[in-house]
Amino acid sequence: MRATAALITALAFTVAGCRGSSSGGGGSSSGDNITGTINVFAASSLTESFTTLGKQFEHDHPGTKVVFNFGPSSGLSEQITQGAPADVFASASTSSMDDVVGAGDASNPTDFAKNNMEIAVPPANPGHVTSVSDLAKSGTKVAVCQAEVPCGVAAAQVFTNAKLTVKPVTEEVDVKSVLAKVQLGEVDAGVVYVTDVRAAGDKVKGITIPASVNATATYPIAALSHSSHSATAQAFVDYVLSSAGTSVLSAAGFLGP
Amino acid sequence: MAERRGDINRRLLPWPLAVPAAVGVAFLLLPLIGLIVRAPWSALPSILTDRDVLAALRLSLISATIATGVSMAVGVPLAWALARVRVKGISALRALVTLPLVLPPVVGGVALLLALGRRGLVGQYLDQWFGITFPFTTAGVVLAETFVAMPFLIITVEGAFRSADRGLEEAATTLGASRLTVFRRVTLPLVAPSLVAGGVLCWARALGEFGATITFAGNFPGVTQTMPLKVYLALETNPDGAVALSLVLLAVSVLVLAGLRDRWLRPGTPL
Repeated sequence: MRATAALITALAFTVAGCRGSSSGGGGSSSGDNITGTINVFAASSLTESFTTLGKQFEHDHPGTKVVFNFGPSSGLSEQITQGAPADVFASASTSSMDDVVGAGDASNPTDFAKNNMEIAVPPANPGHVTSVSDLAKSGTKVAVCQAEVPCGVAAAQVFTNAKLTVKPVTEEVDVKSVLAKVQLGEVDAGVVYVTDVRAAGDKVKGITIPASVNATATYPIAALSHSSHSATAQAFVDYVLSSAGTSVLSAAGFLGP
Repeated sequence: MAERRGDINRRLLPWPLAVPAAVGVAFLLLPLIGLIVRAPWSALPSILTDRDVLAALRLSLISATIATGVSMAVGVPLAWALARVRVKGISALRALVTLPLVLPPVVGGVALLLALGRRGLVGQYLDQWFGITFPFTTAGVVLAETFVAMPFLIITVEGAFRSADRGLEEAATTLGASRLTVFRRVTLPLVAPSLVAGGVLCWARALGEFGATITFAGNFPGVTQTMPLKVYLALETNPDGAVALSLVLLAVSVLVLAGLRDRWLRPGTPL
């Protein structure tokens, strides 16, 4: 009974706290008020680099906490337009960002990075994949992202550019799931981002896709209009765009916007 | 029915119980009402006759039915053993085989990959010796569903075996029937209602399986993309489609409950 009462009190405070801070944020949106917890919804290909950036940001701005929700950009944009408590959205495609802007949840997104595609194979390369055209061979098990998410769109673009008909064995929810299937050795190859191959270290081997057939994903970022910590959210966006942010991203293999 | 006796007690529910009970009812029913109210009724026919949707529905029905068949073939003898064999450690075994009841299905999917995947404990030999791999195949879907759903059958049927009248079996034995004949002609008919209830429950659980399936079998339309996967993936790009598909699964669930109402849902039925 006492526990229930405590829980209710805590909930009441949380609700009151949210209201208080959102009205406060509206009052002083000009922004030296960089504090509090922000929820950053980011494409799963940003998992490693944004986790690093988040830690650096928290270190530079004591009193802040960055909580990440990594996932497929299309799924994240759906969550945001459905009212998920997000403060920043970093998408792996302009179209997912456009959905969020179109719903009135963000304005003026800024492109902050580009990413190319690469083929990831298990270290032993059981399917003997050495080029893009090997993916079209029958008997080669290929994993791609499903067509709805940016990495799936980019993979399809690569196949079109190379004039190949590739029949994947699975269309995974997001790029990290594709990478996982490669790491487990369940597929012979997966089409992922250059940055994913680098982040996976020696757990996968990368097969370069020639620039002539490669596809590029553009990453826009925006602070969200309904953020309850808009100053902190904007500060995080600025940090990603700063030279410190750019150096983390380029170390991860991202290209400049 | 013998339920009349409870009427006096039932009429007067004191408010400290009635209020939370009403909250419970609202909480359980509200999401379903939301689903029905927000359903894109006018677009429903076109969504439901979509080729991909029909493929997903077909795959779901077939794989759930096969998974139930496999569960019956393996699970009923196992349930019998758990109920009747008296050796040390049988209760630990019972706990272990019913573990998937409480295990998060995604964990089940990961475990299946590590055991039966192409690099798995057993899977690597299946691949090397016979060229059999399960991930990304419909057989993989069936395995994932069986893993998650079979314990529902086992636990239901085991309870029935346990409470079945042993006197009838003994009578048959004294009249000269072999143990197998007794099992087939006496024990099985005795537990038939539970067999049906467990089978339907198992089938429904298999039909709704998501986590183990997407983890172990992957996602490809027509091969491994069952209805729950389709619903989840549709939500990101085509929310109306996701709602329509959810309605179909809801309708199936309601049918299952309607079919079970006497056997499984009688108040006080032990699990």
